[in-house]
Amino acid sequence: MSKTVAEHSVSYVQVLDENGKVTNKDLVPDLKDEQLRELMSRMVFTRILDQRAIKLTRQGRLGFYAPVAGQEASMIGSEFATTKEDFIVPGYRDLPQCVYHGYPLEKLFLYSRGHQEGGRVPEDVNVMMPQIIIGAQIVQTPGIALAFKLRGEKRVAVTYTGDGGTSQGDFYEGMNFAGAMQLPAVFFVQNNQYAISVPREKQTAAETLAQKAIAAGIRGVQVDGMDILGVYTVMHEAVERARNGEGPTMIEAVTFRYGPHTMSGDDPTRYRTKETESTWEKRDPLIRFRTYLEEKGLWSQEEEEKVIEQAKDTITEALKKADSAAKMKLTDLIDVMFEEPTIELKRQRAEITGEGAN
Amino acid sequence: MAQLTMIQAITQALDLELARDEKVLCFGEDVGHNGGVFRATEGLQKKYGEQRVFDTPLAESGIIGLANGLAVQGFRPVPEIQFFGFVFEAFDQIASQIARLRYRSGGRYSAPVTIRSPFGGGVRTPELHSDSLEGLFLQTPGIKVVIPSTPYDAKGLLLSAIRDNDPVIFLEHMRLYRSFRQEVPEDDYTIPLGKANVVREGKDVTIITYGAMVGVSQKAADQWAKDKGLEAEVIDLRTISPIDIETISESIKKTGRAIVVQEAQRTAGAGAEIVAQINENVIFHLEAPVLRATPPDTVYPYGLIEDEWLPTPQFIVDALNKVTSL
Ligand SMILES: Cc1ncc(C[n+]2csc(CCOP(=O)(O)OP(=O)(O)O)c2C)c(N)n1
Repeated sequence: MSKTVAEHSVSYVQVLDENGKVTNKDLVPDLKDEQLRELMSRMVFTRILDQRAIKLTRQGRLGFYAPVAGQEASMIGSEFATTKEDFIVPGYRDLPQCVYHGYPLEKLFLYSRGHQEGGRVPEDVNVMMPQIIIGAQIVQTPGIALAFKLRGEKRVAVTYTGDGGTSQGDFYEGMNFAGAMQLPAVFFVQNNQYAISVPREKQTAAETLAQKAIAAGIRGVQVDGMDILGVYTVMHEAVERARNGEGPTMIEAVTFRYGPHTMSGDDPTRYRTKETESTWEKRDPLIRFRTYLEEKGLWSQEEEEKVIEQAKDTITEALKKADSAAKMKLTDLIDVMFEEPTIELKRQRAEITGEGAN
Repeated sequence: MAQLTMIQAITQALDLELARDEKVLCFGEDVGHNGGVFRATEGLQKKYGEQRVFDTPLAESGIIGLANGLAVQGFRPVPEIQFFGFVFEAFDQIASQIARLRYRSGGRYSAPVTIRSPFGGGVRTPELHSDSLEGLFLQTPGIKVVIPSTPYDAKGLLLSAIRDNDPVIFLEHMRLYRSFRQEVPEDDYTIPLGKANVVREGKDVTIITYGAMVGVSQKAADQWAKDKGLEAEVIDLRTISPIDIETISESIKKTGRAIVVQEAQRTAGAGAEIVAQINENVIFHLEAPVLRATPPDTVYPYGLIEDEWLPTPQFIVDALNKVTSL
């Protein structure tokens, strides 16, 4: 005998097309004009931050940096659907979400430079330090979500990874835990087409990344990741469902990164063509949302200039703060290994300072 | 006072701590309903509910990742790795995540997680169940490694481990789980982490050891006293990271000679670290090089030959004879 015991499908969501035209009226999110402007401002800020960060890395004024241009709609739109009480568990590229969730910009600059202060997230900011190990944050997210559930808090844990990250065992383990325990978690995948140089088609034979959720028994949705209204809509639904105890969701946002993988020597011309790049640049999230807002009379060239100027000031200010951070000492490292240094660490500390161990 | 096996002492410690601190959670594969494959969590789910003591999906990285996330949110998770040979599946979450959390966050987050796991040979398990992998974690900064050798110690050390604000790997030797009973007080007591215990006094040689090798070393010392009339002092480290070099040094100042006995393969393990620390601290009190009595550097062997592979009292006596003849 043979019969169908389960059938699944994956839906693709888009609200605004490449020309800024609404393609699905029913899914236009219920946002106030002020909020729509805010979304645009944040995307503009993020683009400027990215350009500035790239320059600063080239000048040696920042350390590790992973460019974000192209992914603004995914990053800004998804974070906008959370509340400050929700917890963000980011990967190394997800700095904009951290910024808008309250992680001070100067601390992110310090993080980039490899300064310990960069990891010291303020007490009232619900963010983890950006993760370097691909997938590690995804198994931690159910733990955070379980804490919310156990305490009866209506909070959601949101984690981010890339298309490459979906190949890790941890990706599946995390989703499976969240599904099995019905936790308030959202797994947000930014499919920017490449894991360093490996294209999405070589990453997996799966037709979509969103369908990976099906194996874990959780919802999987694909969204146009360059359409900020689409991203916001699916994320808002996912976060609200999670908050109301309706279980976790995995979202695949289909997007593109314009720049190199990181500023540490990656050369995208080795693995993608100009045509590919220009195809994606035509779908740019800023252009299409700007068109949409301008047609509604909610955005102008002037307004954008203002945001750009403010962004530059904010970034300069944060850099100044980062520059004035106290220099790290070797003993600072020793002091945070444990709540109390061990005998051997005390001895090693004394060796460094030239003082006697006590 | 009740006579308890080590497994009963462990259950009692978990019970006490679950009752005392509602932030404590026990979980892992088969930990909830079934009470663990060794019954360490027997009855605890019934008593504390499925929210506090629960079964997880079968995924070690997921289990330790869950603990990490819970710790960030202020809980004190006590996850179980069903057999320590499976720890490789969770290595990233332990070594790169939990052990580094305080460091990476500049002290903002900490991981008061106690990872419990059965380990150790002589019980004829299938492959990759018995391996002594504790040495891997000695090289991992930011995590403590505790290995009790008696029921009394197991309870007191486990209570300390759970209350410690740093991550602890708590290794329970399978052969000790039910091999003997000991008087264990019912009340709450702790044994400090990082403090060794001198379990047999002697003036001729110091034996430094831990886990199941404590008992084997005590037997060897008794036999040696009978054969040779010489007295070996036996130190049970209780915690192998950090190592209590003070207690070791005091003993060596008295005996002038030492051997390290471990169940793990020889190269680059706890024994090697102990020898190095002895060199750095009390070399001028030594009358002979410090020797290591260990199994060879092979993979943990198949059941039929494990008794030959593991250090025996006679094997340790030979090492004692050797170090006193140098
Ligand atoms: C466990 C692990 N393996 C490999 C790497 C090296 N590495 C860093 S980023 C990266 C590609 C990740 O691609 P993807 O998940 O698609 O995210 P993206 O960088 O595109 O945002 C690799 C292989 C790593 N950091 N961690």
